[in-house]
Amino acid sequence: MRNELIQDAALVSNYIRGDENALAVLIERHKQKIYSFIYSKVYDKDITEDIFQDTFIKVIRTLKRGKYNEEGKFLPWVMRIAHNLVIDHFRKNSRMPKFDNAGEFSIFSVLSDNSLNAEKSIIKEQVESDVRRIIEELPEDQKQVLLMRMYQDMSFKEISERTGVSINTALGRMRYALINMRKVIEQNNIILTN
Amino acid sequence: MAKLYSKPNPKNDNLTPKDETIKRLLDYSKALSVINYNKLKFEALLN
Repeated sequence: MRNELIQDAALVSNYIRGDENALAVLIERHKQKIYSFIYSKVYDKDITEDIFQDTFIKVIRTLKRGKYNEEGKFLPWVMRIAHNLVIDHFRKNSRMPKFDNAGEFSIFSVLSDNSLNAEKSIIKEQVESDVRRIIEELPEDQKQVLLMRMYQDMSFKEISERTGVSINTALGRMRYALINMRKVIEQNNIILTN
Repeated sequence: MAKLYSKPNPKNDNLTPKDETIKRLLDYSKALSVINYNKLKFEALLN
C-alpha cells in the first residue's frame, strides 16, 4: 500500500516534469475504482464516461498548471474531483430534467407539431370544399339550419327565433340535413378524412 | 424467508472506461501546454 502511494506521488511529479507516460500509468491504475465510484452514483454508463473524462481533464489541467499540492494522496484527490462533478451533474439535472427516451415513455408522444404539413393542408382544403359542395345540394330549409348551427355556431333556440319555426322543427331539419349529407357521401363514395 | 424489497444493484461487471475515452484524455494531455508569463498562466491546446 505504502509502495503504491509513493509510486503515485512519483508518477505525479514525473508527469508534472513532462513524462506523459506517467499519466497513462496513473489512469490505468485507478480507472476502475474511479469509474465504479461514479457509476455507483449515476447508474448510467454514458454519464459515467462523461464524468470520468471531465474528472481527468480537471486533473490534467491542475497538474499542468502546477497547482497540485497533495502529493501522496492522488487517488483521494481524484475521487473528490469526481464526487464534486457527480454533484454538479445532479444539480444540473434537477434544474433541467432529462428525458433519455430509453424507457416506455417517449417524449415525442406528447411533443408534437400541430401545424399541418403541405400534404395535410391540401387534403384539408379538399375535404372542406367537398363538404361545402354537399351542403349546397341540400334542400334550402335544411341547409339554412345546418349553416347557422355549424358555421355560425348558433343555438337551436336562436335558429328557431331567426327562422320562425319551433325548436323541434329546427332540430328535425338539422337531423335530416345530416342524414341527407351522409347519403350523398355514401352514394358518391366521397372520402372525407385527412 | 424474508423477502427483500430493495432494488437489486445493477450488475457491476466490466466497470471500466472505454479505451477511446482514455486515449482522448492522453491526447488531450499531450496537446495541452501551460505557458507561464510573469504571474499569469495561459493554456494552449496544440493539436
